[in-house]
Amino acid sequence: MAKPKPDTWDNQFAPWDNPNEKPLIRFKDVTKRFGDFVAIDSLSQDIYEKEFFALLGPSGCGKTTMMRMLAGFENVSSGSIELAGQDIANVPPNKRAVNMMFQSYALFPHLSVYENIAFGLRRDKFPKDKLDARVAEMLKLTRLEKFGRRKPHQISGGQRQRVALARSLAKGPKLLLLDEPLGALDKKLRQETQFELMDIQETTGTTFVIVTHDQEEAMTVASRVAVMDEGRIIQVATPGGIYEAPNSVYVADFIGDVNIIKGTAKPAGPDQYFVDWGVNQAPILATSDRPFTDGQECHLAIRPEKISITKAKPDEAENAVQGKVLDIAYLGNLSTYHVELPGGQIIKAQTANTRRLSRRDITWEDPVWIRWNATAGVLLER
Amino acid sequence: MKRLSTFNVTSLTFGFAFLYLPMLLLVIYSFNSSRLVTVWAGFSTQWYGELLRDEAFLSAAWITIKVAVMSSTLATILGTMAAYVLVNSGKFFGRTLFSGMIYAPLVMPEVITGLSLLLLFIGIGLDRGILTIVLAHTTFAMCFVSVVVSSRLVSFDRSLEEAALDLGCTRFDAFRLVTLPIIAPAVISGWLLAFTLSLDDLVIASFVSGPSSTTLPIKIWSSVRLGVTPEINALSTLMIGIVTIGVITASLISKRSAVRAQKDAQAAERSA
Ligand SMILES: Nc1ncnc2c1ncn2[C@@H]1O[C@H](COP(=O)(O)OP(=O)(O)OP(=O)(O)O)[C@@H](O)[C@H]1O
Ligand SMILES: [Mg+2]
Repeated sequence: MAKPKPDTWDNQFAPWDNPNEKPLIRFKDVTKRFGDFVAIDSLSQDIYEKEFFALLGPSGCGKTTMMRMLAGFENVSSGSIELAGQDIANVPPNKRAVNMMFQSYALFPHLSVYENIAFGLRRDKFPKDKLDARVAEMLKLTRLEKFGRRKPHQISGGQRQRVALARSLAKGPKLLLLDEPLGALDKKLRQETQFELMDIQETTGTTFVIVTHDQEEAMTVASRVAVMDEGRIIQVATPGGIYEAPNSVYVADFIGDVNIIKGTAKPAGPDQYFVDWGVNQAPILATSDRPFTDGQECHLAIRPEKISITKAKPDEAENAVQGKVLDIAYLGNLSTYHVELPGGQIIKAQTANTRRLSRRDITWEDPVWIRWNATAGVLLER
Repeated sequence: MKRLSTFNVTSLTFGFAFLYLPMLLLVIYSFNSSRLVTVWAGFSTQWYGELLRDEAFLSAAWITIKVAVMSSTLATILGTMAAYVLVNSGKFFGRTLFSGMIYAPLVMPEVITGLSLLLLFIGIGLDRGILTIVLAHTTFAMCFVSVVVSSRLVSFDRSLEEAALDLGCTRFDAFRLVTLPIIAPAVISGWLLAFTLSLDDLVIASFVSGPSSTTLPIKIWSSVRLGVTPEINALSTLMIGIVTIGVITASLISKRSAVRAQKDAQAAERSA
C-alpha cells in the first residue's frame, strides 16, 4: 500500500489555505450548554470536503458533543452549524447525509452482525441484489467474514467496534463521524484499519471527522488535527504543524513528549532571543517568529529527539549544558535519557539505538553534555 | 444450603397453608363425585363434563375470553405508548404530575373506578355490553402495562434509537425496528398481566356489564349465591390453571431472556 507521507500530503491538499474554497462544515460561534455547564464554548471552525479532521483532547473536553451536534442529536444553545452552506438546525438526524460511529458502538442487540451492517442500506431501499455484496464487502474490510451470523453479544469487544465501524461505513455517506473508532483494537489491526480508512477516504472522497485519544493515530491519518480543551479548540494545524509549531505549552505538552524550560526573554538579533532560565546558567539561544519584549516571561519547548547527548563536551554548539543521567528509559528502537541539570530541572533527550545494548557508553549517574540548536525549540508565551 | 430452624419451618408452613389450602380444597372437591360439596364420595371428572354442557357457562366463558383478549391488547398498546412518552420525553411541564396520574388507578378502589366509568358510559349514552367492559378493563389494565414496560424502558440504551435515526429511520421506524423488539419481553409480560387481570375482574365488570354480557366471574358470583355447586369448583379449577400458566409463562419469558443474555456474554468472553 503506497501512501503519501503526511508531509507531502500537506503540500498537495490544503483547502483551508485557499480563500475561495467553500467549507463543508462551518461551526459559527457555537455554544452548547447542559444546564449551567458549558460543554462547547463559542467555537468557530471550518472543515473542508475530503478532509480527515482529527479531534484530540482530554476526556470531557467536548469532542463527542461536537459530533452529536453534527449528527443532529443535540441542538446548539447559540450560534449555528452549516453543512454545505445550509444551516442544519432544523434538519432531523435521518435527513442528514451524515453517519456516525458511536463511542459506545450502539449495536442493535437483537440483530445479527450482518443485519446490523445491512440496517442502513435497507432503510435506503438499497437494491436487494447488491445488498448482499455490499455487506460482504464491509465484513471483509473489517475482517468479520466469520462472524456475520453472530449476535453482538457473542463477539469480543474489538469485534464489536469493527461492526460499529462497518455499519457506519456501509452507506458511504458524504460525512462520516467516527468517535474513537479504533480504541479497542490491537496495535497491528489498528494500523491496518487506519490505512483502510485512508484508502476509503481517497477512493470515495468522504469527509472524516474522527475523535481519538491516540496521537500517533491522529498524526497518521489526519489532514488536520484540532487540539481541544474545555469546550474550545486551542489549535488547528496539520500534524506536522501541530508537532513542530505548537502555539501554546498546552498543545506542545498534549502532543508528544516535550521539555519545557521556563525563563525570561532578551532580544538577541533578528528573530533571535536569549532565554535566561536559571541563576549561574548561560542563557539559551532560541529563534522565534513571535516577538518577545525584553524581560518577558517565556517557555521554551523542545522535543527530546532534538536534543543530543554526549559524554564529552561538544566543541561548538549553540546551546550546551552539563548534567547527570538520572534515568534511562529503553524503548527498543529508542532510548530516552533523563538528565538532571544543576538547577534541578530534568531534561529528556532521546537517541536512536543504532548500537547493540552492551556497546552503549552512557549509564546511570554519568556526567553528560546535552546540546541543541537555536532552531530546535519553540518559544511560547504560555 | 442453610438448614432451616424450627421457627422458620413453622412460619413457612403456616404461611403457605394459609395461602394455598383454600385453593387446594377447591381443586380437590372439583373431582368429588358427590353433588354435596363438603362430603367426599370418590374421584370423578363428571363435573367437568357437566360444565362443558352448560350453555350459560360456556357463553360467559366465551365473552370473558373475548373481553380479555381485546382489552389486554388495547391496554398493551396504550400502556406501552404512555410508558414510552413518559420515560423518553425528558423534562416537560407537569411531567411528575402525569407519571403520578398514570399510577394512581393502581391504588384506586375498584368500586370507584367502576362507578365512575358507569357514570361516564351513561353520560355519553353508551349501551352497556361487551364494548363497555373492554373499555373499562383497558383503562385500569393499561396502568399495569405501563408500569411493567417503563421499568424496562428506563434501562434501555437511548443511543440505539439514535443509531437507528442516524442510519435513516424515521422516529416511528426506529421504535418499530429497534426499540420494540428489544423491549418485547416486557411488553408480552404486560399483555399477560392485563389478560389475567381482565379474566378475574368482578367488581368493575359488574358495574359496566349489561344483561347480554355476563362474564365468567359475574356468572360464578351469581350462581354461588344460590349455593356452591361442584361445577363452580371445576370452573374455578380451570381458571386457576389458566392464570397459573399465564403467570409462569410471563416469568419464564423474562427469565429466559436474562439467562440467554448471560450465556451469550460468557460465550463472548471465551471467544475474546
Ligand atoms: N447530556 C448531557 N448532560 C449534561 N452534561 C453533559 C451531557 N453530555 C455531555 N455532558 C458534559 O459535557 C462535557 C463534554 O462531554 P463529551 O461527551 O463531549 O466529552 P468527550 O470530549 O467526548 O470526552 P471523552 O473523551 O471522555 O469521550 C462533559 O463534561 C460531560 O460531562
Ligand atoms: Mg467522547
